[in-house]
Amino acid sequence: MSVLIYAENAGGKFKKSTFEAVSYAKAIAGQNNTTLIAISIGYVAKEDLAALGKYGAEKVLNVSNDKLKNFVNQAYASVIAEAAKANGADIVVISNSFSGRGLAPRLGVKLQAGVADGAVALPEQNGGKFTVKKTAFSGKAFAVVELTSANKVIALTPNSYKVVESGSAAPVEDFSVEAKASDFKEMIKDIVRSTDKVSLPDAEIVVSAGRGMKGPENWGMIEDLANLLGAATACSKPVSDAGWRPHSEHVGQTGIAVSPNLYIAIGISGAIQHLAGISSSKVIVVINKDAEAPFFKVADYGIVGDAFEVLPKLIAAVKEYKASA
Amino acid sequence: MSKILVCISNVPDTTTKITFTDNNTQFNTNGVQFILNPYDEIALARAIELTDGGKGSVTVINVGEANTEATIRKALAIGATDAVRINAKPHDAWYVAYQIAEYVKANPFDLILTGRESIDYNGSKVAGMLGELLDLPSVSIIKKLDATDSEATVEREIEGGKEVLTIPFPFVAGCAEGVAEPKIPNMRGIMSARTKPLAVVEPVEVQTLSEIISYETPAPRGQVNLVSADDVAKLVDLLHTEARVI
Repeated sequence: MSVLIYAENAGGKFKKSTFEAVSYAKAIAGQNNTTLIAISIGYVAKEDLAALGKYGAEKVLNVSNDKLKNFVNQAYASVIAEAAKANGADIVVISNSFSGRGLAPRLGVKLQAGVADGAVALPEQNGGKFTVKKTAFSGKAFAVVELTSANKVIALTPNSYKVVESGSAAPVEDFSVEAKASDFKEMIKDIVRSTDKVSLPDAEIVVSAGRGMKGPENWGMIEDLANLLGAATACSKPVSDAGWRPHSEHVGQTGIAVSPNLYIAIGISGAIQHLAGISSSKVIVVINKDAEAPFFKVADYGIVGDAFEVLPKLIAAVKEYKASA
Repeated sequence: MSKILVCISNVPDTTTKITFTDNNTQFNTNGVQFILNPYDEIALARAIELTDGGKGSVTVINVGEANTEATIRKALAIGATDAVRINAKPHDAWYVAYQIAEYVKANPFDLILTGRESIDYNGSKVAGMLGELLDLPSVSIIKKLDATDSEATVEREIEGGKEVLTIPFPFVAGCAEGVAEPKIPNMRGIMSARTKPLAVVEPVEVQTLSEIISYETPAPRGQVNLVSADDVAKLVDLLHTEARVI
C-alpha cells in the first residue's frame, strides 16, 4: 500500500498546483499510515525533483526520455499506471488540470479504480467508506462521491488545497517502462504557451470583465489591473461569444470554472450561468453601475459605479498600495 | 471519414437553480427542464459539418432511460442520421463509457466525439475512458478539429496556451467551445427527426466503481460590503487588511 502522486510539469517546471497536489497526497498518505511516492515525466531539473520532498514525497520516480518529453495522453497514463502497480499504490493523485482530465479516466480504467475528479477536500474514511467531495453542476453544488473500488484515482481542483511544507529533499530514482507503440499514435505539431500571462485555471487572482466594458478596445484597463495584481484575465460568455475575447477566457457554466482567492468582476451582471463558474472563489469583488445587478448578492465587496470611472481610480489605488508594500 | 459517433447527455438546463431532496441525497428534478448538454451540441455540430454533403453519417448515442428521448430527438432534428439509446440509468462515467464501448466494439466508428464534460457532474471522463476501453487515442478538451481522409488535426487546451496535435482515425475527443457553433434545428429537421431510426439497446452488466452519497450547496455569502466609488483606496485596503487576498 502506498499513495502515488503524478507531479505534472509545464515546460520542465513544476507549478503551484503540483505542490498543492503533492501536499494533498501527503495528507492522504498520512490518513493511511503509508508512504507517498511521486512520479515526474519529462525533463525536470534534478534539484526540482528532489524538492518535491519538501511537500511530503518520500521518493521521486523520474521518467526521462525523448519520446516522453511532451505530454502524450495514452503513453503518460500507461507509465503512471505501471508505476502504481510496481509500487503497490492503491491511491493515485493527480491535478485536475487540462492534462489531468485526460489522464484520470484512462488511469481509472487501467487500474479498475473509481475516479473522483474535481476533488475540493481531503477524502473522509469512516467505517470502510472512502468518500471525496467534488464540484458538481458546474459549481452550483458539491457531490460527495464514495469510491467503492479497491484502487482509487483522485484529481484535485487547483487552488482548493494549501501547499504544506513538511519534509526535506527526497531521493530521486530513474523509472522506465517498456513503451507500447500503440500509445504513441498522436503527434505533437506545435505547443504555444504564453509565458508572460498568468494561466486562468491556476490563477490566485482573476480580473474578469463583461459587456459593461462596451468593446474589446477597452480591455487595456482590464489587462493593466491584472498585470498589477499578477492576475489572470477572464470574461463573461457574451464577451467571448461576440469575439471580444478568446473562448479560453470564458468563465462560467459552459466555460471554465475557477476557484481563485480573489475574483474581481467588472461590468458583469451575474447571470446564474456565470455565477456557477466562480462560486468557489474565496473573495468576490463586484464593480457594476447597476446597484440591482444580481452579482452584488454573492459579492463580498462591491462598488456601485461606472467601470470607466472606477477602473482608473482602482488602478491608481493598487499602484499606490504596491509602491508602499 | 464515413462514420462519426457523438455521445450525448441529457442534463438540467443552464438556468436551473440546483436543489436536493431526501436529506440532500437526491437531485430535485421537480420543475427542471432537461436539455442536450451544451458541449455535446458543439460536438454534434462539428460531426454534421465534417460529414456534410453525403460524406458520411452521424450516429448519436445516449445512456439513459425513456425520459431522455426528447433530447435524442432534438439531436436528430439538428441533423444526426440515427440514434441509439442504451436503456439504463447513467450510474457514473465508468458505467456510461463501458456501455458505449461495448456498443462500439460491435459497431465500429471512424471518430467518436463527446462534449468536454457534462454540465451536471462535470467529470470530463467518458472520452478518456472510451479511449482506454477501446485502446484508442483520446484528447480530453479540444478547441479545434480539422480532418483529412486519414487523420485529424486538433487543438488541445493547455494552461496558458494550446497544443496542436495530429491523430490518425479512429480516436476519441471531448469538444469544447471553438470546435463549432451549435446548430439550431430547422422545421424540416424537426419533422424528419420523428421518423429517423432510434434503436433501443439493453445494457450489459458491469460492476460500478463509485456512488454519489450526498450533495451540498455552496455556503451562502454574507452581506456585500459596499465601498463608495469615490473611495476606491478603501477597497484596496480592505482586500489587504480584512480579506487578506492581496
